[in-house]
Amino acid sequence: MTLSGLLVQLLNGLVDASSLFLVASGLSLIFGVTRIMNFAHGSFYMLGVYVAYTFVSHMGESVGGFWVAIILSSLMVALLGALIEIVILRRVYRAPELFQLLATFSLVLILQDLALFIWGPEDLFGPRAPGLTGSIEILGRNFPQYNLVMIVIGPAVLGILWLLLNKTRWGVLIRAATQDREMVSTLGVNQAWLFTSVFALGCFLAGLGGALQEPRIPANLALDLESIGTAFVVVVVGGMGSIPGAFLAALLIAEVKALCIALGTIHIFGIDFPMSKMTLVAEFLIMAIILVIRPWGLLGKPQATARNDHSAEPPLRPSLPIFKWCTAALVLALVLVPVFEETFPYAQIILVEIFIAVLFAASLHFVMGPGGMHSFGHAAYFGLGAYGAAILVVTWKLPMELALIAGPLLAVLGALVFGWFSVRLSGVYLAMLTFAFAQIVWSIVYQWDDVTGGSNGIFGVWPSDWLSSTTALYYLTLSIMLAGILILRRILFAPFGLAIRAARDSSLRADAIGVDVKRVQWVAFVVAGLFGGIAGAVYVFSKGGISPEAIGVGRSIDGLVMVLLGGVQTLFGPIVGASIFTWLHDSVARETDYWKAVLGMIILLIVLIFPAGIVGTLSHLWQWIKHHRPLQTKKVEASK
Amino acid sequence: MQETILEVNGLNAFYGRAHILFDVDLKVRKGEVVALMGRNGAGKSTTMKAIMGMLSRTQGEVSFMGNAIAKSPPHVISKMGMGFVPEDRRVFTDLTVLENLEVGSQAEREGAPYWTAEKLFELFPNLGEMPHRPGGNMSGGEQQMLTVSRTLMGNPYLVLLDEPSEGVAPVIVEQMANMIMALKKQGLTILLSEQNLQFADLVCDRAYVLENGHVRFEGTMEELDANEDVRRNYLSV
Ligand SMILES: Nc1ncnc2c1ncn2[C@@H]1O[C@H](COP(=O)(O)OP(=O)(O)O)[C@@H](O)[C@H]1O
Ligand SMILES: [Mg+2]
Repeated sequence: MTLSGLLVQLLNGLVDASSLFLVASGLSLIFGVTRIMNFAHGSFYMLGVYVAYTFVSHMGESVGGFWVAIILSSLMVALLGALIEIVILRRVYRAPELFQLLATFSLVLILQDLALFIWGPEDLFGPRAPGLTGSIEILGRNFPQYNLVMIVIGPAVLGILWLLLNKTRWGVLIRAATQDREMVSTLGVNQAWLFTSVFALGCFLAGLGGALQEPRIPANLALDLESIGTAFVVVVVGGMGSIPGAFLAALLIAEVKALCIALGTIHIFGIDFPMSKMTLVAEFLIMAIILVIRPWGLLGKPQATARNDHSAEPPLRPSLPIFKWCTAALVLALVLVPVFEETFPYAQIILVEIFIAVLFAASLHFVMGPGGMHSFGHAAYFGLGAYGAAILVVTWKLPMELALIAGPLLAVLGALVFGWFSVRLSGVYLAMLTFAFAQIVWSIVYQWDDVTGGSNGIFGVWPSDWLSSTTALYYLTLSIMLAGILILRRILFAPFGLAIRAARDSSLRADAIGVDVKRVQWVAFVVAGLFGGIAGAVYVFSKGGISPEAIGVGRSIDGLVMVLLGGVQTLFGPIVGASIFTWLHDSVARETDYWKAVLGMIILLIVLIFPAGIVGTLSHLWQWIKHHRPLQTKKVEASK
Repeated sequence: MQETILEVNGLNAFYGRAHILFDVDLKVRKGEVVALMGRNGAGKSTTMKAIMGMLSRTQGEVSFMGNAIAKSPPHVISKMGMGFVPEDRRVFTDLTVLENLEVGSQAEREGAPYWTAEKLFELFPNLGEMPHRPGGNMSGGEQQMLTVSRTLMGNPYLVLLDEPSEGVAPVIVEQMANMIMALKKQGLTILLSEQNLQFADLVCDRAYVLENGHVRFEGTMEELDANEDVRRNYLSV
C-alpha cells in the first residue's frame, strides 16, 4: 500500500465520518430526551436521499438551487418525523421498552413500502452537485471536490448543535430533560412539545445526512437498515445522548473502516482475509468491545439501571386437563393431514413452513418471555444452524441425518459467544447488541463467497432419499417441532426454568437465594440458540437451500412479531402467533407488493391496542367473563 | 381572613395497587406558611406530588386559586403559579447554576413576587459566587438553595417545599428558616413538609399532622405545641 493511497483512504474516512455523524447525532439526541431507541432513524435517512433525488432533479441545476433543494429535503423529512411523533410515538412513551422498539420498527417497514410506492424498486442515480463536480489532486491522486465539502460539514454541524444546546433556552431545556424529565415538567415546561421538537430536529439531521449523499450514492431501499445498524454502533460507542461522543465515535469507526479497506486482503496462517469486506464486522466488533469494557460509551455517563417493567407477569401454570385433550386432538389431526393429500395438496407444504416458524418462535419466546431478554437478532442462530447444515451437506458431503444434528451445533457455538456478551446488558443495549451480532453473522455470510456462496447462497441441499417425499418431510418436521416444544416446556417447569424466571423478575433477589443469574441467562440463551438453529437446519432441507435474505433482520423481526402476536406471557402464545403469522404472510404476500407495510400495521396494532397478543387477550377475556357472570346472575335475582 | 389559595378535599393516592393517602383534606390561605408534618413514610411527599399532578393514580378534588387541578399535568399546574421543591433536590447536575435557573424561569405574574437571578443571588449569596458551576459540583446545602431558587424563578404564588431541612448542615437549616421567613414577608404562600417541630414552630402559622396517609391533627402551631398526645403519637421518634 502506498502513502498516497493511505492518505486518500483516511480522507475518505473523514467523509464517511461526517455523514455517519449527521445520522447518529440525531439518533443520540432523540434517545437522550425521549429514551426511545428509534429503529426508524435509518428510514428517515433513506427518505432524505429519495426526497433530495426528487428535489435536486427538479431545481438543482444552479448552485443555489442545489443547496436549497438539500435544505428543503431535510425539512420535509423533519416535518414527516414531527407528524409521526405526534400521531404514533406519543402513545408509546409510557409503554414497555420492547413495545417502543417494535413501534419504531414498524415504522421502518411502513416507510420502506412508502418509498417503494413513491419511487419504485429501481436504484435512482441523482444529478451531481453543480460547481463541485470536479476533483483536486492529492499526492497524485484525484479527490472529489464534493467530498471536501462533506468533510467540512460534519464539524460544522457539530459546532451548530453545540451552540444550539448551550446557548439557547431550548437547548438548556433539552439538556435538562435528558437528565430529569419529570422535574422539567414540574417547572412548567410542556414535555410533549419538547419531545416533538427534538424528534423533528433528529429527523432533520437524518434527512440532511441522506440528502447530502444524493450526489454520491444511488437512492435505494436498502439504505435504511444499512445505515441504522451503523448509527446504533456510533451512538453506543460514543455514549447514548452525547453529541460530542457521537462525533468521536463516528471518526473512530469511519477511520477503522477506511483502514480495513486500505489494507485489502491479508494472509494469516495461509488463509485469505478480505479485510476490505470486513468493514461491517469491524464496526460491530468495536461496539461489542466498548459495550463490555465501558458500557456507557466513550463520552457517555453510566445510566441508572432501569427498573424492569415485567414485574406484573403472572406465573406459568400447568395446563388444564381439557387443554391437554385439545392439544392431543390437534396433534392427531396433524398426523392425519397427509391422508387427505388429494383434497388439500398444498396443506403439507404450508404446514411444514408453519412448524418451522413455530419452533423458531418458541425458541425466541424462551429467551424473551421467561428469560426476559429481548433479542432483536434471533435470526443469527437460525442462520448459523441453516448454513451449518448446508455447508456440511454440500461442501463436506455429509449425509443429511448427521447434518441435521451437527448443523445446529454451529448455532450453539454462536449463542455461547454472543450470549456471553449479551447477558451482561439489558434493555435497549441488549436489543442493540443482539441486533449487531445478527448483522455480523449476516454480513459474514453475505461476503464470504468461498464458503457461503455469498449473495447467491447455497443450493441443492436436499434430504436423504428416504425423506425426500413431501409426506416423509412433513412427518420429520412435525416430530422435530413437537419434540422441541415439549423439551422447551419441560425445561421451563424444571428447577432451571424457575431459576430463569427468578432471574428475570428480580436479578438481585435471585442472586441472594443463590441463583447465578448471568450463568442461568447464558444457558437460556444457548438453549434458545440451539432450537433456533434446529429450526434453521430443518428449513434448509425443506427449501433445498439457503440464502442471506432468509437469515436477515427480517427473520428476527418476524420472530418477534410471532411471539407478540400470540402473546409473550403464555407458552401457547408463540405457537398460535407463529401459525397465524405464517398463514397470513403466505396469503397476504401473494396478493400485494406491500406486505411489509401490512406487517408494520400489524405490529402497530399489537403495540397500541392488543399488547397482550391474541392468546393473552383471549385469556383476559375468559377471566373477565368468568368473574362477571356471577355478578350478572345476582343482578337478575335482585331485580326479581 | 385571607382568601383560600389551595384547597384539597378527599384526596386519595396510590402507587400501583398500594393505597397511600386516605381522604386527605387541607386548606392553605394566601400569605400563610402551613406545615405538613408526620414521621418518615407518613405521606407528606406523596401529598405534595399528588397536588402537583405527578402521580398517575389519584382521586379527590384539588383546587388552586379557584381552578380544579386534580386532573391537570404538572406543567399546567406550574404555569398556574404553583411551585414544587422536591425533597431529593434533583438539581440538573450537568447544567450550571444559571442554566438551572433558566429552566425554571417563567413570565412575571401579577400578585406574586417577581424573581430574577440577581435577586436570588442576594437571597443566597453562596450561589452568586458560582454562577457557572455545574450543579453536580456543589455541596448538599448549595444544591438545596439552587432547587429552591430554580422553583422561585417561576414566580409562583404558592410553593410546596418538601423537607428543606432534611440532611443538611445546621448552618444551612438556619439559613433555610431565614429564607422562609424572608419569602413570607414578600407575600409568598408556602406549604412546608417537615418532621422537625422546632423548625416548624419557627416559621409556620398552622400545621396538619399526617400518619399512615390520614390527617390526624389540624390547628395552629400553638395548639400543636399544647397537644402532647398528637406530638407523642405522630411526631416524636
Ligand atoms: N414510588 C413509590 N412506590 C411505592 N411506594 C412508595 C413510593 N414512594 C413512597 N411510597 C410509600 O408511600 C408511603 C408514603 O411515603 P412518603 O409520601 O414519601 O412519606 P413521607 O414523605 O412522609 O416520608 C410510604 O409508605 C412509602 O413507602
Ligand atoms: Mg418525604
